[in-house]
Amino acid sequence: MWRWLHPYAKPEATYRLVDKLLPWFAGLTLISLLVGMVWGLAFAPADYQQGDSYRIIYIHVPAAIFSMGAYFGMAICGAIALIWQIKTAEWALPAIAPVGAAMTAIALFTGAIWGKPMWGTWWVWDARLTSELILLFLYIGVMALYAAFDDARTGAKAASILAIVGVVNLPIIHYSVEWWNTLHQGATITKFERPSIATSMLWPLLISLLGFMLLTATLVLMRYKNQLLKHELNRPWAQAELALDSRESAEETR
Amino acid sequence: MTAVQLWRSVLSKDLRLAARRRSDAINPLVFLLMVITLFPLGVGPGPDILARIAPGIIWVAALLATLLGVDRIFKDDYADGSLEQLCLLPQPLAFTVSAKMVSHWLLSGLPLVILSPLLALLLSLPTSAYGALSLSLLLGTPALSALAAIGASLTLPLQRGSALVSLILLPLFIPLLIFATSAVESAGMGMAVHGQLAILAAISVLTVTLAPLAVAAGVRMSVN
Repeated sequence: MWRWLHPYAKPEATYRLVDKLLPWFAGLTLISLLVGMVWGLAFAPADYQQGDSYRIIYIHVPAAIFSMGAYFGMAICGAIALIWQIKTAEWALPAIAPVGAAMTAIALFTGAIWGKPMWGTWWVWDARLTSELILLFLYIGVMALYAAFDDARTGAKAASILAIVGVVNLPIIHYSVEWWNTLHQGATITKFERPSIATSMLWPLLISLLGFMLLTATLVLMRYKNQLLKHELNRPWAQAELALDSRESAEETR
Repeated sequence: MTAVQLWRSVLSKDLRLAARRRSDAINPLVFLLMVITLFPLGVGPGPDILARIAPGIIWVAALLATLLGVDRIFKDDYADGSLEQLCLLPQPLAFTVSAKMVSHWLLSGLPLVILSPLLALLLSLPTSAYGALSLSLLLGTPALSALAAIGASLTLPLQRGSALVSLILLPLFIPLLIFATSAVESAGMGMAVHGQLAILAAISVLTVTLAPLAVAAGVRMSVN
């Protein structure tokens, strides 16, 4: 595995890999999001209790899951950056953090929209909601800490340590609906038990989950590509890449 | 010099410095008292409303007072270079910096525990909740000091890091605030508080044992 991984400590090799993967991720995102959203929002049967308003689950649940997934990915990159001192892992932090923060914001926002008709209020100080809000603050803290240092490497290390410390919040978010008797409903899909949702509603949900996963990955890869170019701006390979891009766009406008 | 001797000398140096410059240690406590005084003036001196919001006010004031003391943990040692020397020693840095956490707790956490009956009296908290308030502060403030040390170590090289420290630390403080205030409220209503206090103790044990590793990593990052 090490033999396969170690070339990617070199920014140029990572850039080539990201460049090759990005169109695949983008294409699959488009397909799965389109199928998941249209199926879920238009064709899946209405809920017998919640009516059509349950349909926001197809955005709310995937966004919430990948707000946590993105954080965990960011913490893993932080650990790699701290332990093996790999520069390319450090640059993943500023690439992931805003995407994860956006996912968290979407989850909170759609949750508020869902909460208004179901619970009669936009916001309650419930364990699940509060811990998700803390996640948003943690993302903001990581971004602010990264940006506060003049030296990008020091900033990346500080942000990595904070990201790793913040991981304790993830199990709290996940188990908050089991540990506390809260207004927020329990998990819909679990790995070991039968899901508490009808099959006709489950399939579009799973496809939306895949779509949001790929969307997160695509956005992170796009930002990561920019980070790689930004940090290596004075290297010949980055110059060549930028020159190529500008020539291509010039030809397109002509 | 063994690691334990070094630990003791770091702690006693910090305490001696605090004893010679008393205002640094006392100012956060005075600030705390003033914040507590502002609330009865702001929301009105009715004892029933004060008693209801007292646990929250006292704990929020405690969090703010902890934040005021954050700079004291490493700033001076960083400025005069002795923190760099501690990094170079063969003794494990994580163990040495835990002395810094202890000194911060002795100077900001412990006085709070001692002051807590007075604060409870000012806010007319029910007498049955006095014990729970002191216990929640005794069990919770070690975790506050440990987390404060993480925040301090991460923002050391920054000139104006205090706003950033609050931004980093306050989200991490929230779980403590929730369980502590819930313990005090239950005690005020005459219910059992063992559950919340046990969780507070568990959080403190977890942070106090693991935080030194993060603090050591942060100090090494800042010194380089």
